[in-house]
Amino acid sequence: METKNIFSESGIIITLLLIAIPIIVASILVIIKAKNILNNFLKKKELEKFNEYLKGLSNEEIQKLEQRKKELEFSLSNNELAGDSTPTDIKGLIDNVSETSSLRFIEQKKKSQTRPYIEPDLTKLILWYLGCATFWLLFGTTVGEYVGIKFVAPDVDHYSWLSFGRLRPVHTNAVFWGWASLAMLGLAYYVIPRVSNLPIASIKTGYRTLILINTSVILGSLFLMAGINNGGGEYREYIWPVMALFGIGVIISLKNFYKTIAKRTTKEIYVSNWYIISAMMFLLVIAIIAYWPSWQNGLGETIIQGYYMHQGVGMWFMLFNLGLMYYFLPQQLNKPIYSYSLGILAFWVQILFYTLIGTHHFIFSAIPWWLQTVAIVGSAGMIIPVVAGTTNFLMTFKGSWYKLSGSYTLPFYLIGIIFYFTGSLQGTAEAFKFTNLVWHFTDFTVAHSHLTMYGIICFMLWGFIYTVVPRLTGKEPPQITVGAHFWLALIGLLFYTFPLMYGSTLRGLMWMEGTKSFIESVELMAPYWLWRAIGGSLMWLSHILFAYNFYVMVKKKVEIEIPSSPKDILIAKMVLENQEVTN
Amino acid sequence: MEFFDNHKTLFRTALGLFVGLTIIVAIMPAINNQENNAPLPNYEPLSQEAYLGKKIFIDNGCVACHTQQVRNVDMDKVWGSRPGMPADYAGIDRTDFWRNTATLMGTERTGPDLTNIGTRQPSLAWNLLHLYQPRAVVEKSIMPAYSWLFEIKTELGEKDVEVVVPDAYRKGISGRIVATQEALNLVAYLQSLKQTPLPDGKTPMEFLYKKKEIPVANGNTSSLPDGKLLYTNNCMSCHQANGEGLKGAFPPLKGSPIVLGDDLELFVNIIMLGYDARPEYAVMNAVGTDNNLTPEEVTAIINHEKTSWGNNAKTVTPEEVKKIMDFIKLTSKK
Repeated sequence: METKNIFSESGIIITLLLIAIPIIVASILVIIKAKNILNNFLKKKELEKFNEYLKGLSNEEIQKLEQRKKELEFSLSNNELAGDSTPTDIKGLIDNVSETSSLRFIEQKKKSQTRPYIEPDLTKLILWYLGCATFWLLFGTTVGEYVGIKFVAPDVDHYSWLSFGRLRPVHTNAVFWGWASLAMLGLAYYVIPRVSNLPIASIKTGYRTLILINTSVILGSLFLMAGINNGGGEYREYIWPVMALFGIGVIISLKNFYKTIAKRTTKEIYVSNWYIISAMMFLLVIAIIAYWPSWQNGLGETIIQGYYMHQGVGMWFMLFNLGLMYYFLPQQLNKPIYSYSLGILAFWVQILFYTLIGTHHFIFSAIPWWLQTVAIVGSAGMIIPVVAGTTNFLMTFKGSWYKLSGSYTLPFYLIGIIFYFTGSLQGTAEAFKFTNLVWHFTDFTVAHSHLTMYGIICFMLWGFIYTVVPRLTGKEPPQITVGAHFWLALIGLLFYTFPLMYGSTLRGLMWMEGTKSFIESVELMAPYWLWRAIGGSLMWLSHILFAYNFYVMVKKKVEIEIPSSPKDILIAKMVLENQEVTN
Repeated sequence: MEFFDNHKTLFRTALGLFVGLTIIVAIMPAINNQENNAPLPNYEPLSQEAYLGKKIFIDNGCVACHTQQVRNVDMDKVWGSRPGMPADYAGIDRTDFWRNTATLMGTERTGPDLTNIGTRQPSLAWNLLHLYQPRAVVEKSIMPAYSWLFEIKTELGEKDVEVVVPDAYRKGISGRIVATQEALNLVAYLQSLKQTPLPDGKTPMEFLYKKKEIPVANGNTSSLPDGKLLYTNNCMSCHQANGEGLKGAFPPLKGSPIVLGDDLELFVNIIMLGYDARPEYAVMNAVGTDNNLTPEEVTAIINHEKTSWGNNAKTVTPEEVKKIMDFIKLTSKK
């Protein structure tokens, strides 16, 4: 690669600036240090002179100084008005007094609510799910980050196992089936027993699913790197025996959830369970259709591919997460969902329209025109469930906005909801014919899928995890790293997607214009691919913080706490006395 | 409502609605397309080599960046002479019991579409070098280098195909770089990618969203198409942007006696029919005929080559070129 050109790229300049900042700061520090040494030397000289003067001080002068000292130190006793009696608060009105002992660089957010009773076995299961999910998030995005770097530095390595075409599906599948799916299922193991008001039917089944899915992702990743894949359909790169493990995992957990719901002690089935159970049923339908190993010749493959990839994101990830949202959002805001019936409407309309839109990935292709038209109409129809869902969530927020600034979980919810609205509607806009001309085949699709899978799904999942884990373990993550996770992920996502969308729009227009050669459109994208790598790095960094936070929330070690509230002090005293008795 | 409080009816209804719609928009159309389409009569199945090459194409996930579909929109005209149709894919069956059908239509064009690459760039030498190190032939390319499809030998065997790699990209390799059978298979697959011609008398679907033709001012020279763009699209990958070619693979056009000379017939002949007269360079394919270049386009390319990179020769008119091309057509038809 030519180095001459690169330095005129704004992205490189900014990177260089970022590198220069610590150097500049270091130089400033050196100058300040040197100046201090010089000052010290001069002061020493002055002090010596002053000491000479002190030796010659007369008694009179000393007396005058003492007199003045006494006058300056005069102060009131602070109880001139209150008197000497002790204050009492018989009704306990004064509570949660925050004392400012030091400067607060980080605003103190509300602590997690106290832990409800959850069977310790279930707690352990859920933590295992979320732990594995966190691992796959780190693994998958590390691969993603590396793949993104390859756009800027294509010759970074020449190993077949690490080549772009093989690693790309490793990234997408690991974050889909490893991270998001495991996190969703783990959270469902929390939600379903809660809203059914009874313990989960079988904890063992939960572990079986966990093992099956982990095996599937491990085998799938290895196969892909070794060059064994299903043949080019996106998100369908694992061969069917590998995906079958995943499918069996979902089937047995679905049965487990269904049994729990069937025995529920509540009369109604809470809407969360509608979404979750349906997502699992639909995923199985989708997977069986897409993976059945004896059909899909010719264009049949493409039609099923369009159906599969879009139902995969819409009916599995989106539907599932909406279900979780209907449970966690009201609970975090401590009020019921704004409209139960809007949730139900969104549910049915989503099934009706979402199922139709698969082929919008193949507009203007050889697929029958009527099918393409149905897909475009369905995409437009998606406005209804998206607007219904967003309205429902935002109206639930209404009147509780003040809670946002005092909570470290709610910002994740809000960003998830906002991207649910913008990301989904962007998908609708992309399906129109003109936008399809400009954006199809460009990186706009990549930006869109990150806005949605990352902006919606990941942010929601993080919000849920930060809500649930402290309740399970009683330990909270450090606020500063949660905040850093949030901001790095958000800013990283914007750095990732916005330049990519801008650049790919230019690229699409260049293709339409038809007066430039293809390779010029590759050159055009170079700075935007660099921005993508920078944004991706920030996102990746935020995942490390998330993993750290998760570790803090689940680690066994108990921190030594000195009791401070009257209640805690009394408890501590009681415990201590009991110990003495038993000893 | 009673209905919503019964888990059996609720979930059955949801599943029924989903499956019903799925049958209408996915299963039925898929079966219909699978059963009712046949390959075109001129369709040539893949050779054994190309078939194995396709597997390499699949294994390495090339579809992540390369589509194989010409949409019926004007901007896709550069990728094929007609829009793709169901028959184009009808000859593709399941790879095997374990792996699905690979139509390889793709969803992203980080790199160029490959529907017709066998016509556009059939040169074996170019393809091998490009696979070994794409940046050796296309400087700005970001395609991965597939150097593991090649081996280093001290001496060439009888059937070995050597790749002449420019020194800058040899990275200290002193031996001879030889294509493995896998690399040859992959190139065979790429060479096989051509749009099947329609049967006689059938007109292809039209490209939609045609650009409005901008009326050109009178005068012969200004009405010629953009020679530089045509050169970039048709010639540059071998002869390079600076016209200097690649040593041992593609001859320079800068200072070339053919480009600068007056033998227009030979010049047009080479562009239209290819050239294999010089053993020190790779075979040139029939770029002009393969890509259906018009006399105006050929003239524009010739004039661009005659006047660029320090070349300074007399330009030619489309009329002269057309005469020679008509003659070529006449003689090559026999």
